[in-house]
Amino acid sequence: MWDYIKLAVLGGIVVVAAVAASMARDLPYLVHMLAIMLASAITFIWVLRRIGEPVPVANENEYMDGPIRYGVIATAFWGVIGFLAGVFIAAQLTWPQLNFEWAQGYLNFGRLRPLHTSAVIFAFGGNALIASAFYVVQRTSAARLWGGGLAWFVFWGYQLFIVMAATGYVLGSTQGNEYAEPEWLADLWLTIVWVAFLLVFMGTIIKRREPHIYVANWFYMAFIITVAMLHIVNNVSIPVSLLGSKSVPVWSGVQSAMIQWWYGHNAVGFFLTAGFLGMMYYFIPKQAERPVYSYKLSIMHFWALIFLYIWAGPHHLHYTALPDWAQTLGMTFSIMLWMPSWGGMINGLMTLSGAWDKLRTDPIIRMMVVAVGFYGMATFEGPMMSIRAVNSLSHYTDWTVGHVHSAALGWNGMITFGMLYYLVPKLWKRDGLYSLRLVSWHFWLATIGIVLYAASMWVTGIMEGLMWREVDAQGFLVNSFADTVAAKYPMYVVRTLGGTLFLIGGVIMCYNLWKTVVGSSERKPATSPVPAE
Amino acid sequence: MADNSDNKVKPPERQYPDPAAKLKKDPPTTGHSWDGIEEYDNPMPRWWVWIFIITIVWSLGYWVAYPAWPGIQRATSGVLGYSSRADVAAEISEFEARNEQFFVQLVETDLDGIHDDDELQRFAVNAGASVFRAQCSQCHGTGGAGVQAAGFPNLLNDEWLWGGTMEDIHETIRYGIRNEDYADARWSEMPAFGRDGILSEEEIDETVHFVLSLSDADHDADLAAAGAEHYEMNCASCHGDGGEGDYFIGAPALNTQVWLYGGSYDAIFESIYYSRFGVMPGFAGRLRDAEIRAVAAYVHQLGGGQ
Repeated sequence: MWDYIKLAVLGGIVVVAAVAASMARDLPYLVHMLAIMLASAITFIWVLRRIGEPVPVANENEYMDGPIRYGVIATAFWGVIGFLAGVFIAAQLTWPQLNFEWAQGYLNFGRLRPLHTSAVIFAFGGNALIASAFYVVQRTSAARLWGGGLAWFVFWGYQLFIVMAATGYVLGSTQGNEYAEPEWLADLWLTIVWVAFLLVFMGTIIKRREPHIYVANWFYMAFIITVAMLHIVNNVSIPVSLLGSKSVPVWSGVQSAMIQWWYGHNAVGFFLTAGFLGMMYYFIPKQAERPVYSYKLSIMHFWALIFLYIWAGPHHLHYTALPDWAQTLGMTFSIMLWMPSWGGMINGLMTLSGAWDKLRTDPIIRMMVVAVGFYGMATFEGPMMSIRAVNSLSHYTDWTVGHVHSAALGWNGMITFGMLYYLVPKLWKRDGLYSLRLVSWHFWLATIGIVLYAASMWVTGIMEGLMWREVDAQGFLVNSFADTVAAKYPMYVVRTLGGTLFLIGGVIMCYNLWKTVVGSSERKPATSPVPAE
Repeated sequence: MADNSDNKVKPPERQYPDPAAKLKKDPPTTGHSWDGIEEYDNPMPRWWVWIFIITIVWSLGYWVAYPAWPGIQRATSGVLGYSSRADVAAEISEFEARNEQFFVQLVETDLDGIHDDDELQRFAVNAGASVFRAQCSQCHGTGGAGVQAAGFPNLLNDEWLWGGTMEDIHETIRYGIRNEDYADARWSEMPAFGRDGILSEEEIDETVHFVLSLSDADHDADLAAAGAEHYEMNCASCHGDGGEGDYFIGAPALNTQVWLYGGSYDAIFESIYYSRFGVMPGFAGRLRDAEIRAVAAYVHQLGGGQ
């Protein structure tokens, strides 16, 4: 009976999407409706082929790892896509000729930039978070994922969102809010998927067999709930037409700016910090095989972090139409956020005490430690840049770009790589990775890439900040904007090179993981065929 | 902390950095284990707690000193009376006050008289350069060299479209060229000889060769001879019999090596076939009069002023 209801709903969606596509008022909407139609049609056929077959009984004593395996593959795949887009737009900034005339309106910098940011944050990072959340919550709750096939819906639904967002960017469908570019249709869909994600996660927590909730799960929970809130509030808008992609935001003026950066900063805070801290709190103790350093610290820094982070957004709007008092609050809460952020770093690093020797032998631990190190650097740099006087120099410059990338490549990237290297042998039941040497190569390529990236952006950022504000004795500006752009060229070359190294590392990782999965691991047989001497 | 050589030989529990625990064994855990992960019941690092407290206290102080918390009618203004807008206004008015005498002088002095006053000329060039970098460099380049063969004139040479005297330059900046915003904008329009069917492609081809001959560029003498007639009929009234151009109607000189849209056969052919229609915005009302005069002085001294 349930299957027939599913079929009816899916069939209905196929028809509605087909009709909407035929009446579409613009190209992005047409493409999105076709994507929805295709996705529902495939699901329809999939359900249809299984009708009447006995329903496989989920063994409650086994973990549900299927969506996690897919999530791991999606993480690696979107990671490489996102890095590639990043390298390409870095090259476009260095050599503007790469904004090809024939690709104007599709592959120029303006269209590809949100594609890059969303691919790395939401496709790479988001899949890493969903997959690791599903893995961690099961292991630390000693319970199978709640909700039956709902976890599969979360996985595939999220991929559909990614496809809608990415095609929307290239075809010019955007609401112009940084990191919240997708229009209303994709936003609505993400809301549904996210609520399903929340249900699966909370359901598993509720039916856990462990008496206490592990710290990683606090962070995952904070991440899921807060991102839902941020996403909904920042995307309140009224569609111009139900048959078109464009919508009109409800917020306007400085209120709109404030809500956008309340969203934007907490996307950093709860997506890229809290969520990834959850990852860190599971995978570092597991890989190091050491207890977490301090329970007290984890509980203090967790509550301090989530209380303080939500206030810090106004520091993105220093010296704007935002009133001074709001700027002050944003700045002071950012400063107070310094130690709560560092609590995670201390717990991560100190967990390794007693296992420091593993840094020499285990490149995965090395990756995780470097990730935590970059996390610490970025969470010091952030509060510093939020200070009004510092911000007056750094704002709008490449310094911000360097800050973001030392955090995103260093912290989010490296901890995710560590997670993938840990998870793949576990999920595919292999003895170990195909090659630790390749992990070492990945580690060094990525680390050098990040250093080149961050250092070049610090140099250009501070340079252009100084050039912009340079006035002569009579108060006249000394440099034109084009002068500052020309001056940045050499550093842009270095940045592109750094990104390329990081991308190569990612490709090496994919190869290594692939060889691990297909089972050509150089492992010793469990029992030796040679008799003992 | 033990050094590295200690690390190798001592059992794991003795590498623990807490001096108290060093002698005995691991600190107590909280007693739970999740998937094999335990948690030590270590205290929070003191330095961590203290810095956290210091940042909180500092923030409390900052809230007293600066505008911070919103009320119903208005926010607390802070004991220092800080306002970012007042700061900017003060900084701007400081320079304004310092420069005021020059701005007044710039407007009062006759345009041609500016460069007679050394101090005023230096100020005008400096101020004009700054305005130029913000308002003009997008088309004319940061140094005023224009963009070659792309319709953005080079201001460094003595080749002018609408004249190179202070008066001419000043008027061009004030009202612009071929824009709809100013009734006084400089205006002229060359016919699109090819597109509008005034000349055939063959005739245009001949005309191009004649135009090339005016500046002694490579050309076919026979075709140029044939083109001379078309030129005299269609072009000479504006560009002059010898291609000397006319400032009064913005007709470019054709007998020099300087080309606004390029001096190749193809570029000239396109110019005659489709015509060109370069536009420049005016700045009267957008910049103050003194600034426009300063820009004129700056451009005039770049190299080609007449």
